[in-house]
Amino acid sequence: MAERKLRVMVAKPGLDGHDRGARVLARCFRDAGYEVIYTGCHQTPEQIVSAVIQEDVDLLGLSCLSGAHRYLYPAVTKLMKEKGIDDVTVIGGGIIPDQDFQILYDAGLKAIFTPGTTLESIINWINTNVKPRN
Amino acid sequence: MYFAKEVLESSSRMRQRWEDEVKKLVSKWPDQKPEAQWSTVSDLPIKRLYTPEDIKDMDFERDIGYPGQYPYLRGNQVTGYRGKYWTFRMFSGMGDAATTNARWHLLLKEGQTGLSTAFDFPTLMGYDTDSPKARGECGKCGVAIDTLEDFLVLTKGIPLDKITTSMTINPPATALWAMYCAAAELQGIPLTKIGGTIQNDMLKEFIAQKTLMCPPEPSVKLISDTVEFGTLKVPKWNTISISGYHIREAGSTAVQELAFTLRDGMEYVEDVIRRKKLDVDAFAPRLSFFFNSHIDFFEEICKMRAARRIWAKAMKERYKAKDERSWWMRFHTQTAGCSLTAQQPYNNVVRTATEALAAVLGGTQSLHTNSLDEVWCLPSDFAVQIALRTQQLIAEETGAANTIDPLAGSYFVEALTNEMEKQAWEYIHKIDDMGGMVAAIEKGFPQLEISDAAYKFQRQIDAGEKIMVGVNKYVSQEKESIPFLEIDDRIETEQIERLNAVRRKRDSKAVKKCLDDLKQACKKGENVMPYCIEAVKALCSVQEICDVYREVYGEYRDPGLY
Repeated sequence: MAERKLRVMVAKPGLDGHDRGARVLARCFRDAGYEVIYTGCHQTPEQIVSAVIQEDVDLLGLSCLSGAHRYLYPAVTKLMKEKGIDDVTVIGGGIIPDQDFQILYDAGLKAIFTPGTTLESIINWINTNVKPRN
Repeated sequence: MYFAKEVLESSSRMRQRWEDEVKKLVSKWPDQKPEAQWSTVSDLPIKRLYTPEDIKDMDFERDIGYPGQYPYLRGNQVTGYRGKYWTFRMFSGMGDAATTNARWHLLLKEGQTGLSTAFDFPTLMGYDTDSPKARGECGKCGVAIDTLEDFLVLTKGIPLDKITTSMTINPPATALWAMYCAAAELQGIPLTKIGGTIQNDMLKEFIAQKTLMCPPEPSVKLISDTVEFGTLKVPKWNTISISGYHIREAGSTAVQELAFTLRDGMEYVEDVIRRKKLDVDAFAPRLSFFFNSHIDFFEEICKMRAARRIWAKAMKERYKAKDERSWWMRFHTQTAGCSLTAQQPYNNVVRTATEALAAVLGGTQSLHTNSLDEVWCLPSDFAVQIALRTQQLIAEETGAANTIDPLAGSYFVEALTNEMEKQAWEYIHKIDDMGGMVAAIEKGFPQLEISDAAYKFQRQIDAGEKIMVGVNKYVSQEKESIPFLEIDDRIETEQIERLNAVRRKRDSKAVKKCLDDLKQACKKGENVMPYCIEAVKALCSVQEICDVYREVYGEYRDPGLY
């Protein structure tokens, strides 16, 4: 039986409206053959986590360019832990200075993609590291 | 006809000879890249050479003309930049009101001639700093303003009758403008003496920038309220800055920026006319525009020239405006944030300088130049000074301001200007056929056009078909680090304390009455501005005012189109 398609959610936490990266990635994921759910802007961590549960996704990609990633990304992963979600891979992107990487890895993000990353390298990372859950 | 018949004949003859030679040479030494890649950053095809034949259908009087004369291709200002340079207006705001006030005083001391305010996301979206939705955002992307008290700190020592201030504020524009009006009154300055701009352009928010509050229709209603109030009470104020900047940053092409921005402008004009309180010539002269200046030098210059001509035609022919000031497109320009790179950040100084020069050659009336560190953070003092000096240097050293519209008459520049105008009108007519911009937005049309363009551009970058130096060519292994301006997380706690102190000391009965009055005004369809001014004076917060709008008009959520 063929493996089911990877289900991917692109989410924008917080009040940031810089959604160019998120929209481009959502299209790129669609072209890569994933099932894509894009939340649109202005999601609270609570809304994102409940969408993750409802949509049963394999991968959650967070995008924030306002500088609030230090607060918002860990808020999402903390809430996921509280809800007992431990098998959804979380990755993040945006304007993220080097010194913030460790904070985000410690919060449970598996990869961080910053400006200059090619779409192909993101797809390669996902195909290597994320498999559809059973 | 722009050229005599003999000229065109000889041009045609000479062109054929030249084309034969090109063919011969290219077969021996091929061009560095395929034909399609010699295009603008927006993918408009560009020919190897332009000739009189490319502009043979132009009519000098109809299409080109003189500065200060219809169709204003060559500028609104009769005297060009000789009487006054464009306004050096750096967009700034960070942390709390006191920090931003200090930056403003620094910029004025360094020769800036107008102010421009960046607000943080909670303020932009109409939430107070202590809203659960605002956590982590306070002061990060601009200054945090909750009540009039913050606003008075922000404008401390700024003579509001002498300096003009632009405020990039959209859903809560009525509230923030009311604060400006109240601050002026407290300085003893009548509303007829203050000048400035509120961005107040909601259509491009749905299309691109995504600071959202209410659905499109009531959003346009609030904007028309400000246009009417400004026309009658604050006549030196630009009550809207119809903006292409964000459309471009969201990934549009130059033509899309041009078309969607101008069609947005037409939508606002139509709404105010529909309300029948003002004649078109009463309000149109105060409409202002805001464009992006991207990295493709000539495309930007042509876009700005085309914009003036399209607007003049639209105002004269579509809306029957008679006052020539209604035909003027007055605009601010900002260099393109999205053209800057995180890699090799010092290269950004060169990009910004190029883009700023294009804006000046395109005839901008006001300019913000991005700082080299803006990909990473809000500008540091060091970086913002280079950015300000960049435009001062263009004004004072390069000679670019000596003569008006110096590129007019260039075969290439005129041909590209014409082509961009033609393509923009095609979009404008398509949107007309959809029933206007609100209808087009509800269909997702401009949003998806922009997403197409953004995605295509990213694929071209990934494939090396378009180049960004330091990103996909001339990449350095060494990482260059620059000093970052960081906004302390402590600012949030302090701002919440200040807000709570205001809430404790204000007259809660007066607050309630003002908000009730505002709600009634909304329900009855009255102009909200007088009620907003009373509300901010009673120290109602930005969110309290916006919550009234959300309650009466409903809340709009980003549909997440991609």
